[in-house]
Amino acid sequence: MEKEQHTHIVKYKTYVFVLIALLFMTFTSVAITSLNLGPYTVSAALLLAGCKSLLVLLIFMHLKFDKKFYAIMAASVFLLLGCVIFITFLDYLYR
Amino acid sequence: MSDTVIQNPEPNYLEYQGRYKGIFAWIFSTDHKRIGLLYLYSMLVLFSVAAILGLLMKIELIAPGKTIMDAQTYNSFFTLHGITMIFLIVVPGLPAVFGNFFLPLMIGAKDVAFPKLNLLSWWIYILGAAVALSAQFFGDGPPDTGWTFYAPYSFRTGTNMLPAVTGAFILGFSSIATGLNFIVTIHRMRAPGMAWMKMPLFPWAIYGTSWIQVLATPIVGITLLMIVLERTLQIGFFDPALGGDPILYQHLFWIYSHPAVYIMILPAMGVISEIIPTFARKTIFGYKAIVVSTLAIAFVGYFVWGHHMFTSGMSGTALYTFSILTFLVAIPSAIKIFNWVATLHKASIDIQTPFLWALCFLFVFMIGGLSGMVLGALSANVHLHDTAFVVAHFHFIVFGGTGYAFFGALHYWYPKMFGRMYDKGWANIGLAVFFTGFNTLYLPMFYLGMIGMPRRYYDYVEEFHGPNIVSSFGAMLMISGLIIIITNLVRSARKGEIAEADPWKGKTLEWTVASPPPLENFAEIPVVTKRPYDYE
Amino acid sequence: MSNHAHIDEHRDDEGAKTGMWIFIFTELILFGGLFIVYSVYRYLNPAAFHLAAEELDTFIGTANTVILLISSMTIAMSISAIQYQNKKLTLILMGVTILLAVAFMVNKYFEWSGKISHGIYPGSPTLMEASQGEILFFGLYYAMTGLHALHIIIGVAFIAYVMRLVVKDEVQHDNFTILENSGLYWHLVDLIWIFLFPLFYLIT
Repeated sequence: MEKEQHTHIVKYKTYVFVLIALLFMTFTSVAITSLNLGPYTVSAALLLAGCKSLLVLLIFMHLKFDKKFYAIMAASVFLLLGCVIFITFLDYLYR
Repeated sequence: MSDTVIQNPEPNYLEYQGRYKGIFAWIFSTDHKRIGLLYLYSMLVLFSVAAILGLLMKIELIAPGKTIMDAQTYNSFFTLHGITMIFLIVVPGLPAVFGNFFLPLMIGAKDVAFPKLNLLSWWIYILGAAVALSAQFFGDGPPDTGWTFYAPYSFRTGTNMLPAVTGAFILGFSSIATGLNFIVTIHRMRAPGMAWMKMPLFPWAIYGTSWIQVLATPIVGITLLMIVLERTLQIGFFDPALGGDPILYQHLFWIYSHPAVYIMILPAMGVISEIIPTFARKTIFGYKAIVVSTLAIAFVGYFVWGHHMFTSGMSGTALYTFSILTFLVAIPSAIKIFNWVATLHKASIDIQTPFLWALCFLFVFMIGGLSGMVLGALSANVHLHDTAFVVAHFHFIVFGGTGYAFFGALHYWYPKMFGRMYDKGWANIGLAVFFTGFNTLYLPMFYLGMIGMPRRYYDYVEEFHGPNIVSSFGAMLMISGLIIIITNLVRSARKGEIAEADPWKGKTLEWTVASPPPLENFAEIPVVTKRPYDYE
Repeated sequence: MSNHAHIDEHRDDEGAKTGMWIFIFTELILFGGLFIVYSVYRYLNPAAFHLAAEELDTFIGTANTVILLISSMTIAMSISAIQYQNKKLTLILMGVTILLAVAFMVNKYFEWSGKISHGIYPGSPTLMEASQGEILFFGLYYAMTGLHALHIIIGVAFIAYVMRLVVKDEVQHDNFTILENSGLYWHLVDLIWIFLFPLFYLIT
């Protein structure tokens, strides 16, 4: 088979920086929760979780370096789940 | 079959002797063609059982009151009929049998991407079938929930639910493994020169189907797992006594099971898109439109699940949304119908058995699809929900759609699969009997539903008697037709006349190899330069 | 089959990776089903979910998050290490990943057994007296973290199997797709935890 892939090597340093960012966001979300921002607590926590998962997907899981197909499909899967949750809530929000 | 050996020095896949002998040469084979046939044989056995259950139910309904079985037996019969037909036959059906056999042949590959996974998924299929069917034979009586396992009844009923639900859960893995395998195969193993837009339409349909299989099946997996946990560990999910919402179960179940309808119908549409240009001797009309509509169906079909729940007490907003989306998803299906009919326009048609199956498919699929529009309309649905109308609609789509396409595909590719031709006369007689019986069976059920006969009852009031007699008579006729068809096919596998490599003058790649195909399909991987239906 | 094997043995790294990604999509949707259930019940019982979440120990949750994030980094680094042809470092990094996974499970064990000793488990008398929202919360808590823990165990087994291949030199700098795939699986486990953590521990 053709061997077009596996040329990109991610540096150790990159991973360390990503980990630091991830840990920072984890502690931030814990800190925000203790502040008691009311309804914004959940949105803040989920927003940070979203950023964290984006970092994991792009760097740890190499979506940034791989073929675009994987990134597009991964985004579609999250979009699909989002749509399903949205449509389900059309029932629960207006019942 | 010496002549095929002369054409090709390599043994054909039926005669090939590997490490194992006898039946083991089949059940341990990683050859996609043998696996396809393994699925075919398993399904044929299960289909016969489930069809007989259906016949027995129709005989029960030939007269009001108890005819041949009591209410509980009837409940367990429609449950088993549903589980077997849905989870074991029509959902895996076309992809597992014809997808396995013909996908690699049609895209010019030697096998699927992961042959061992392919064999594994057949074994998982058999395991799931065994577990699901074991519910019949031990425990506290066969399940009686219907194939939908609706909460809260599914964890309140005393019958033997666990094996049935677990079996359906296991079957999900088989479905996912097959879908995953096909997607990777199509991405990585198309013959050189076969760009996406030069791929035949059956592989395209399989591609769309596989994505639904991969992206929808996990939802039903987790839902069934929740039912299992709720029944065994008393974890509250859907039980109102524990705060759960049974309607949420319906949401989750249909989030899978509505896309599952497209798992059933998309490959059927793919088969029809193969048969029609071959016998019309003409390029398919609107190739791109069919491809796009395939993907559109796969996508929009994911968001219409709520139309199974119009009377469940959902919010008005959800009702309107689901109704609109349901009407939208009909558009791409209609586009395909127009394309098929337009292909036949001014064509020099060669009328053969597979083509007749395709024509019958168009007829019943239109009735099924249009009655679906009736059910998709909110006001009509309230009246028709849970009546015989739904049963008739469902069977016109699933049996009429997928079933006809399955038999059409079987008659179309039979000479390729077995290297022999069936008796065309008997095949046509079988089709005629079957088609007459089919319509006599299900058309009266539309009427019965409209005048108010509920489904899933073993009994009914005297007013419904007349149409029920007609319907039950139709069932017997239809089964006779099936017996003729299957007997003819089974007999011809040994005694039919030897088939040539391309008996129908097809233009796709599977017709370029010998019949039956050699072990490795292609001695040399073909280079594709033309579009798939190039009759010019 | 022996003389049939040449069909099977075509090697397609990109294909194997595509297959792994599709499998990961199915796993995401599998958990997605549970997230749908969670979000619906949380919407229907906001107060009870709030109350029940206070029972959970944020410290253990945070500690486990840190553990998983680090383990994700080590397995990602092991892929770079094998590309640099550093077999020893690869094995060390994979070993660290497994050790961290074990630490996660030990934490989880203490957390669960603490809950159970307080009488909070599905069907327990204490829980049956609580409000329906709390029953749902703890049902989901056990189901979701339990299913996640099951994935941790599978991930550890997978990584251990690949370690054996590295030791036997069957995974090397030019042939490491299976290591990448085990890494992808491990990141998936991490990814799910990233969402489980705020949804169960941080809703106070």
